[in-house]
Amino acid sequence: MKKIPVTKIVAIGIGAALFFFLGRFVAIPSPVPNTNISIQYGLLAALAAIFGPVVGILAGLIGHFFIDFSFGWGVWWSWVIASAVFGLICGCATRSLKINEGEFGPKGLVIFNGGQMLAHAIAWIVVAPVLDILMYAEPANKVFLQGVVSAIVNIVTTAIVGTILCIAYSKAIPKTGSLKEED
Amino acid sequence: MAEHIIEFRDFGFQYKAQQSPTLYDINFGIEKGQKVLIAGPSGCGKSTLVHCMNGLIPFSYEGTMTGSLTINGRESRELDLFEISHVVGTVLQDSDAQFVGMTVAEDIAFALENACVPQDEMKQEVHRVAQMVNVQDFLGHAPGEVSGGQKQRVSVAGVLVDDVDVLLFDEPLANLDPATGKQAIELIDDMQKQTGAAVIIVEHRLEDVLHRWVDRVLLMNEGRIVADQPADELLSTDLLDRCGVRKPLYVTALEYAGVTVTPEKHPHHPDCLTLEADEMEQLRRWFDKRPQRAPKEVGEVMLEIQHLNFGYEKKDIHVLHDISMQIHRGEMMAIVGTNGAGKSTCSKVICGFETPNEGQITFCGEDFATYSIKERAERVGYVMQNPNAMISQVMVYDEVAFGLRNRKVPEEEIATRVEEALTVCGLWRMRNWPISALSFGQKKRVTIASILVLGPDLIILDEPTAGQDYKHYTDIMEFLLELNARGITIVMITHDMHLMLEYANRAVVFSHGRIIADDTPAHILTNPKVIKEASLKETSLYHLAMKCGISDTSAFVQWFIDYERKTARHDESV
Amino acid sequence: MTNLFNYIERKSAIHNLTGATKLVCLMLWSFAAMGTYDTRYLAVLALISMGLFKLGHIHIKDVSFMLGFTLVFLVLNTILVYLFSPQHGTEIYGTTTYLFGLEGYYAPTAEQLFYHLNYWLKYFATLPIILLFVCTTNPSEFAASLNRIGISYSVAYAVALALRYIPDVQHQYYEISKASQARGVEMSKKESLVRRLKAASAILVPLILTSMSRIETVSNAMELRGFGKNKKRTWYMARPFKIWDYLAMIGCGILLIITLFLNHVNGGRFYNPFI
Repeated sequence: MKKIPVTKIVAIGIGAALFFFLGRFVAIPSPVPNTNISIQYGLLAALAAIFGPVVGILAGLIGHFFIDFSFGWGVWWSWVIASAVFGLICGCATRSLKINEGEFGPKGLVIFNGGQMLAHAIAWIVVAPVLDILMYAEPANKVFLQGVVSAIVNIVTTAIVGTILCIAYSKAIPKTGSLKEED
Repeated sequence: MAEHIIEFRDFGFQYKAQQSPTLYDINFGIEKGQKVLIAGPSGCGKSTLVHCMNGLIPFSYEGTMTGSLTINGRESRELDLFEISHVVGTVLQDSDAQFVGMTVAEDIAFALENACVPQDEMKQEVHRVAQMVNVQDFLGHAPGEVSGGQKQRVSVAGVLVDDVDVLLFDEPLANLDPATGKQAIELIDDMQKQTGAAVIIVEHRLEDVLHRWVDRVLLMNEGRIVADQPADELLSTDLLDRCGVRKPLYVTALEYAGVTVTPEKHPHHPDCLTLEADEMEQLRRWFDKRPQRAPKEVGEVMLEIQHLNFGYEKKDIHVLHDISMQIHRGEMMAIVGTNGAGKSTCSKVICGFETPNEGQITFCGEDFATYSIKERAERVGYVMQNPNAMISQVMVYDEVAFGLRNRKVPEEEIATRVEEALTVCGLWRMRNWPISALSFGQKKRVTIASILVLGPDLIILDEPTAGQDYKHYTDIMEFLLELNARGITIVMITHDMHLMLEYANRAVVFSHGRIIADDTPAHILTNPKVIKEASLKETSLYHLAMKCGISDTSAFVQWFIDYERKTARHDESV
Repeated sequence: MTNLFNYIERKSAIHNLTGATKLVCLMLWSFAAMGTYDTRYLAVLALISMGLFKLGHIHIKDVSFMLGFTLVFLVLNTILVYLFSPQHGTEIYGTTTYLFGLEGYYAPTAEQLFYHLNYWLKYFATLPIILLFVCTTNPSEFAASLNRIGISYSVAYAVALALRYIPDVQHQYYEISKASQARGVEMSKKESLVRRLKAASAILVPLILTSMSRIETVSNAMELRGFGKNKKRTWYMARPFKIWDYLAMIGCGILLIITLFLNHVNGGRFYNPFI
């Protein structure tokens, strides 16, 4: 196996901690009663875009695993894996971006959001429901509807939160070659 | 010639992203068992030099190295990061970040784990080292359960397990309160004596490091080494002033009094300082000719706290016990005490971040209890220690306007209020800059502007100058003085004794959740009882005054500050 | 600070097992319970798991909070399944036995109720084991366990780092959110959804930017102490396997084999009493 650089290991660890915390403790009420909006996917998408697919998949996996664990309702593997798949696809789809070098223009915006939409669609409309059916023998129409609703809500959330995070992060980085000492 | 563990020859370094080199013509060597202090203002290249010595340059940061740097006789670029880490052990400035283990024991063992040391051996070694730095009673504690000083001890232990030849401390005092900082310097000294390793301390707080003997001081400025000599010699020159590194206060006091400081006087420590009788007389005369101080007028009571009690839920331990104090209009006051003494918690309760169990807070006669966080912010502003934790917008203008936009203030009104706040903070010309282009001090101003724009009469600043060198410290503090002159009441939470002494009219001392003193800084810092109880540190001016037979030590301290304000500051600004 | 693992230090046979053993057992047990819908077997598993729970000296009041969450989740999910698919039992078991003299799409059938019974049983077969794992595994040992069962130590350490930084993140978030409330950021229901999300971002931006600089410092700190140098690493908190560890793993392995065997005998995952 190829060695993962230490920076990425730390990014996975801290990313998972952030993902866990947001998913577990930060409740933003959604228009549908009793459901909260998962802003952690905005964060995960941004992390995956910055650090790549390996960080995306593992931060999603570990973070979501911890969320399920701390609620004690058992590890709902189908959704944990879906989170990991989301991180993976986001990371892969945004490989051409150079947010680390401070570039995130209109083109980056399109690639990032295209990537996150695709990733959410695959994660929640394909991966999660199929695994639910396979693992827990849940009724198909229930899980697919759940999937579609989650995908839509998550896409909107990620489009706002993830995009803002990417812009903020890219702007916080001084551009290559433009650093100059100031007095 | 003694053997050099680390040796720089005609060394230079330029970061990949930078247009000019950060280090030029570095030439020096560190001998086995030597203790060296590297001082210099922010941006002088000392962090880069640290990275070069511990191998992060060239192995983690890209750039071009010129000349030669040898570690144990071998070129650093031919080694790798791990080989270097066995020779040079680094204790980072942020000992919280360096604490990567889940408990104290695991963190100390971290390097051993990575070196695949068998578990039995590892446990023995951890216990041995933990005893050396006196953390053996906390081995099972999580990082959240130990104090800042203990964390630093853990960091030191984590490096000592590697049997390194050089201990490298990057700004070890930055996050510590004065008493803990003093202990840290003592710990470093003891570790050196026990292990025989060479010690390199990078720090701009010269006076605090000189609490224990150092062999040499290297002074850096603008990427070069401008001095490399014993402390006694360096303190007798004006190089420190020119580089913006602060001399020990007692040395400055001697200079003000017209006493010439020479190496023969051993100025590196107030206890070693040898003064002739006439020189002491000179100092006394300087003190005696001070003018009468007019007592500062006190404004009406603005914020009043009565019998406040607070404890976090679940835990029954009270963080604040029966706190009562008044803050008057136009004051510039300091709240001091050790980490965890309750000073930050108290300000959080004032701002409504926490709800007190008992007690009353009134602001200009209004009861604060019914006010929300948002409403309180229009009266009392709170500025966090780390500006990055407060900045959420990209551009300076938007950041300052953010609080008003959230309050749905009309855009025209926002424009005038933001202009006013930015002008006051000297940032109006930079209103369309991205915040990332600003320096730390400017960012701090942005956060202050973003609080000022909400219209508070009182602002509370948490450690306004933490981690700043003398120049930035002075910039920020002079700016706060200006604000104060414009009628804004200022409360500073700090453990920087210099700051309190120089800028506060009054100080409230917290210890274990209680207020144990409420007096002028000069009185507090010459009161051994309060100092001991609150783990503060007496100012060296006190020792100097005692030495010269001045009995009214607090008046002496006060005179020093007044004198400095009147004369020295003015010279500087000219 | 939240103790994510809710680790309770007591002396018991379960506590004595190594973290790696418990992790392996948890996985085997989960797969055993997940793989079957054989009511009889699930009931046996549920009984054993409750017995083990007792053996671990964990009391109901230690876990009441998590139990509450799970019950709410289970009830909601049951209602959802019923609403969407009241004939799901019929689809699975192939017969329709109306109860209480009612008929129609939403009328209760014995098959549907039986499906729900199985669903609940499945939970009661796994939940005690998960709670047991959570309460008896020292989080410090968890990373070492992951490494022991074959996950690369880098990834195992990432898990340890996550556990290490959760309290820090929590603390930071709390501070930042209070400071932004002072500046008028609101996430309550009064605001529109988009505004709420923007408000959340206003807190997340500083949180993520400070975390980014954290990442750099922490990885420097780790590299400076030799992390990633060797192919392997030892763990301060690791514990050696003892006889009981092997027995426990073999026991759970047998349970999984029984599941597979039952699936074979039943000709599928379901035990069908209706035919």
